[in-house]
Amino acid sequence: MAAELPTTLEYTAEHEWVDASSPVTVGITAVAADALGDIVFVELPSVGSTIEAGAVIGEIESTKSVSELFSPVSGTVVEVNGAVVDDPSLVNADPYGEGWLLRVDVTSTGPLLSAEEYAALNP
Amino acid sequence: MTADLRPDLTTGAPMTELRSPLHDEHVALGASLTAFAGWQMPLRYTSDLAEHTAVRTAAGLFDLSHMGEIAVTGPQAGAFLDLALVGNLTGLRVPGARYTMIVQPDGGVIDDLVVYRTGEEEYLVVANASNHDVVLTELRERAAGTGLDAHVVDRSAATALVAVQGPRALDVVEALAGLTADPAGPADVSPATLRYYACLPMQFEGAPVLVARTGYTGEDGFEFFVDAAGAPALWRALLAAGADHGIVPAGLSARDSLRLEAGMPLYGNELDRTTTPHDAGLGRVVKLDKVDADGAPLPFVGRDALAARAHSAPARVLVGLQGLGRRAARHGYDVLASTQPDAPVVGTVTSGAPSPTLGYPVAMAYVTPEMSAEGAELAVDVRGRREPVRVVPLPFYRRPR
Repeated sequence: MAAELPTTLEYTAEHEWVDASSPVTVGITAVAADALGDIVFVELPSVGSTIEAGAVIGEIESTKSVSELFSPVSGTVVEVNGAVVDDPSLVNADPYGEGWLLRVDVTSTGPLLSAEEYAALNP
Repeated sequence: MTADLRPDLTTGAPMTELRSPLHDEHVALGASLTAFAGWQMPLRYTSDLAEHTAVRTAAGLFDLSHMGEIAVTGPQAGAFLDLALVGNLTGLRVPGARYTMIVQPDGGVIDDLVVYRTGEEEYLVVANASNHDVVLTELRERAAGTGLDAHVVDRSAATALVAVQGPRALDVVEALAGLTADPAGPADVSPATLRYYACLPMQFEGAPVLVARTGYTGEDGFEFFVDAAGAPALWRALLAAGADHGIVPAGLSARDSLRLEAGMPLYGNELDRTTTPHDAGLGRVVKLDKVDADGAPLPFVGRDALAARAHSAPARVLVGLQGLGRRAARHGYDVLASTQPDAPVVGTVTSGAPSPTLGYPVAMAYVTPEMSAEGAELAVDVRGRREPVRVVPLPFYRRPR
């Protein structure tokens, strides 16, 4: 799994990724998607809401378990991926692409890891 | 995401992880492994949903070698089990199978069991992995207490258990190369004529295998008890036999969603030591009419408590809940009288998940009797939000026959 980790992204220890664009795009890693199993429900914050790095901003539910989604950044939500809300399996199928979750106009970031650092935590 | 991504499948105390005799097969198939009741077992091979769907539409192959197998033998093996368990085991035909339970003197369930009668004086008691040690200890103590001529022998480590489940299960078993009749077994029975909840001693590549038409998925299916050393060959042969019938290896995750749809209880969820068989809607397994040689009621462990329980009004009832929203109730969540903010708690969810077959969330829950009527509109507290649910009959899913 770690072999497919994009080196262009940054990560949280809680398995979110962010890219370096503006606004940033946020998703969850393939490590997380694989561990959860088939994702069947995704709840995301509404567009326009203000989020805080480290705070719970949503939920990801698979057939077997539920996990909270923590925000890797602080800022304002400018877009959520409606395709993922309609078809949560996109997160399993393409976690770094079609399975992105939200876009945020960032004011500050929480602690982020490089791909190498994240891979070391998730061998 | 939370850092802890392990699904809530673990029951029983953590301990050194045992490995199935099929461990290398699972690794070769790329399984995600999980700690379960002291064992390292396959959680899934590819996708929970794909494995679940394969069992509903074709066939799935499960490794259940973590289950406990305890042999009870001797001239009075049946008489002993009639005293130790709630069921009537002397009344079981040879070869046959029965779902039963072992309870405490107060009627609380120690474990639910499947007992196979493999000979006039030979029984095989199959216990849940998490309860293997406690069932073994209880049976040994109860055997010593009765003084009957019955011997309790743990065969778990030496025994592997493999299950083929699904509408194509019989096709798979009939295509299984190496499966032959036991020369000492009944000549007029084959897997095709084996009735549901019956078993048949056969041979696989010349070694004994007990084939049982039992399972835990709501589908037709067969379970194979085989010597641990012979398990990998049987596993591979079943995958080969099922290749034309859509078989896939299936993990514990699919097994749990399948059994939930089928309304089957899971020890630690629907059943525990504070629960009687009657509480779980399984009072029918308690045979209060068992009698001794003099025709007096047989004083099996738990009899007095369960006789009283059978005639009293229940404090709670196990019901099925259909989720009316998208969010699934999970084990331990509160059931509420309605979605209103001030609605009182009227029960607790024991198992819940999105149903892959039905397309909506399902749950089992204990609720107060007045809230248990079919069609009642209740709610479940899903992490702070009140999701509407409706009481529906169990099982949620019944296979077409």
